[in-house]
Amino acid sequence: MKNKEPIILAVVVFFTLVTYYLVEPYAHHVMHKHVDSENFAYNDLPAITKTGNAVNGKELVNGAGACTGCHSIDVENVPAAMDAVMAAQSYGVNPPDLSNAGVIYDEKFLADLIKNPAHALKVEHKYDPESGKMHPMTQFYGAGGDIDQEIADMVAYLKSIAVREDKVTPAMAFENACGRCHAASYVNWTQIGSKPKFKHEKDSLAFDIKVIEYTDALKAYMGKLPPDLSMYIRSRNEQFLSTFVENPQNHLAGTAMPRTGVTAHTMDQVLEYMKDSGDAKRHKREEVGKTVMIYIIIFAIFALLWKKQVWRDLH
Amino acid sequence: MENNSRRGFMGKAFGAVAAVGAVGSLVAMKKTWDPLPSVKAAGFTTLDMTTYEEGVMITEKWRGKPIFVLKKSADVMAKEKGNAAAEARNIKVGNDNFMVAIGLCTHLGCIPAFRKSEGDFLCACHGGQFDASGLVIKVPPPRGFDIPPFKIDGNKLILGEVGPEYQAMKDNGVTL
Amino acid sequence: MAHFTKATSVKDWLNQRLAVDKVEKVMASEYWIPKNINFLWAMGMVLVVTFALLLVSGIFLLMYYVPTVEGAFYSVNYTIMTEVGYGWLWRHVHGVAASVVFLIIYIHMFTGIYYGSYKKGREMIWISGMLLFIAFSTEAFSGYMLPWGQMSYWAGMVITNLFSGGSLHADFLVEWIRGDYVPAQAFLGRFFMLHVLLVPIAILALIGLHFAALRIPHVNNQDGEEIDFEAESKKYLDGDKAGAKVMRFANDFMSKDMMVVGIYLIFFFYLVFWNYSFAMDPVNFDPADGLKTPAHIYPEWYFLWSYEILRPFNVDLGLALFGFAQVIFVFLPFLDRSPNTVPANRRGTMFKVWFWLMLSNMIVLTAMGKLPPEGVFSQIGLVAAIIFIAQWIALPIITSMEKKV
Repeated sequence: MKNKEPIILAVVVFFTLVTYYLVEPYAHHVMHKHVDSENFAYNDLPAITKTGNAVNGKELVNGAGACTGCHSIDVENVPAAMDAVMAAQSYGVNPPDLSNAGVIYDEKFLADLIKNPAHALKVEHKYDPESGKMHPMTQFYGAGGDIDQEIADMVAYLKSIAVREDKVTPAMAFENACGRCHAASYVNWTQIGSKPKFKHEKDSLAFDIKVIEYTDALKAYMGKLPPDLSMYIRSRNEQFLSTFVENPQNHLAGTAMPRTGVTAHTMDQVLEYMKDSGDAKRHKREEVGKTVMIYIIIFAIFALLWKKQVWRDLH
Repeated sequence: MENNSRRGFMGKAFGAVAAVGAVGSLVAMKKTWDPLPSVKAAGFTTLDMTTYEEGVMITEKWRGKPIFVLKKSADVMAKEKGNAAAEARNIKVGNDNFMVAIGLCTHLGCIPAFRKSEGDFLCACHGGQFDASGLVIKVPPPRGFDIPPFKIDGNKLILGEVGPEYQAMKDNGVTL
Repeated sequence: MAHFTKATSVKDWLNQRLAVDKVEKVMASEYWIPKNINFLWAMGMVLVVTFALLLVSGIFLLMYYVPTVEGAFYSVNYTIMTEVGYGWLWRHVHGVAASVVFLIIYIHMFTGIYYGSYKKGREMIWISGMLLFIAFSTEAFSGYMLPWGQMSYWAGMVITNLFSGGSLHADFLVEWIRGDYVPAQAFLGRFFMLHVLLVPIAILALIGLHFAALRIPHVNNQDGEEIDFEAESKKYLDGDKAGAKVMRFANDFMSKDMMVVGIYLIFFFYLVFWNYSFAMDPVNFDPADGLKTPAHIYPEWYFLWSYEILRPFNVDLGLALFGFAQVIFVFLPFLDRSPNTVPANRRGTMFKVWFWLMLSNMIVLTAMGKLPPEGVFSQIGLVAAIIFIAQWIALPIITSMEKKV
């Protein structure tokens, strides 16, 4: 009896792998277009050529720049002009706190954002200068001097008050760059903040109503409610999410989602946040996986040895 | 039969390896059956002890069970004086004295009713009675109200956490 | 009253009441299996192990799953995946096993076709096996509804729409099956019932039937040789274990089974921990939304070949051919008119070609079923569907022309 098992195994493995290849990698490649990443280089934006003066920047941010008219700066004890719900009803979304904007967002993006928000955010298809529809964030027209120098000063100020890059946590990144439009309910994040624990049902419901008022305003501003991102790390993959955040128009042309201008490092933190939300047990999975694999290999070896012993007499 | 002992050994060895896997699976299954983190986290209730009125019995909730909170008046405290069993059950938060107890009759688990005018508890199921300190004044309940684990934190009482006062009560047999 | 004597041991006590020794001989130590087999013969045990994994992981998922449209997605993706101790493990095991079981089923099926293990006396093994395939398909489909993701909802919508019968417009039937106008709570509830109770019971009963059908004809062998089990088993029991053509199910055959199972589990657990998105499609991680169809809807891979037979044709013809594809395999023992029970490579060129073409064509249909139905893909799909139909029409003809080997 010739032993045909190696060739039988080869045939089975061959057909299985061909099927797998066609149904998974190949089909997904055909269904989803590939978008290249520029690794958050923002090549379409000009570099900042002037050396910024943070002291002057602080004056501008609080003064002629009119930033603090809408934005809070917690670390400098500058409060928000109004609460989140009222802000959403006025501007469509709650303007972000600027304490860490200097580290969370790319400096070229910040400069362009101050000078021309609709351009930096890539929503000019919505806020077409000719249509007269104005972006809720007013652009900076200059304080009388060299506008580029003034913008460089403001960016330098924002960078000076921000924490060091390695201190940017996943929550800091997500809540500032994403969380004013996107909820992440699995980690208890709503667009107006994490939901506290309430003793009385009435207070809990009052909070929920505030969230609804906010999201109603947001829906009117964006056209539809930005989705809850709780499970997006599993319903989309990392490559898709990175390239999408880098430039939403590349994946969804015409979308109302702005380009957020985050740095590559911030994106890593955002992905980590999304993993904590939608793939919380990944570390345990790796750990238990290694243990189970070692065990099952030992199991197979012992089964093989038992088989060999039993079959000694049968051949 | 030839090689029977070696075959028998390898078979037993394989069986042992398989058994290790089975035990591992059972451990995982036991953990699946465990109470969820959200259930265990909900096992703590914080009470603000400044909100209670003397002689007004309020029923709070802890781990799904009713908790009687009674702020004791000066009269009740005077009656307690000298009664070691009553004094051992007293919970002092700041300058106030409280009876805090699991609101279930220690006989068979019904919830006794507080009688404001008499200042005591009467259990409708079998007629058991407890006083304002939580001690039994009429059988059939076998012992005074059980006291939930508690920790005093300033003006607050955290039920579910074990503070030194509760530990002392447990050690002295004041509560189970 | 039958005669009972005082028991001499626990074994004797059980023997007098349950004939434990006799049962053990019939089912295990004197259930004779041909030696002339290869590892493909272990696929049955691999299926038993995989089914056991599904059953056990299913039991623990069932403890926490909430079968309501409001609660289902959260109970799976939050409670089970993040809160429950090892919940993520049971979910991954269950999802991967549900997909891999069909790979093993197809290998098992095609092994049977190749070696003629459905012929002459083994028809009931084949038929009960095909009924098991149908039962597992129902179990897989009903299970896929439960997480109530986008794919759950839209697969439910599309598959139940099939029952409108095309031009028959039997919308009342579709609504009756769903219990509502669209897949909603009633739909989820009844598929939960099917998945957790009714179909598992049917599967267990069919496994019993499948094993019973196997016992008398005995397992086939690599050459289709007719073995005199009486004579060969006597040789074995008289001491000539090497010379006999048969061996015991337990522990001879079982030890090889366990070796194959061990190797299979290495591959299986690798998938569970590191490569599971083929079984847990990303689209189903979006909660169900009845007002938004995903850009790409497709069934799980094991349904793709028959889904593709439906697609190239107009609705009525497509439905008819789809129905044909579901049941035609059941009739294989009766459509194959050849007198030979030998492996395909010894059955002459025509059947050999028929076999390998059927296998390859089903893979082509599978691939086309996943790809968007456009351009060259839909052309290939049409050709492949026609080849599939033609092969079954041709089968009685080419097999009746086969010479006796």
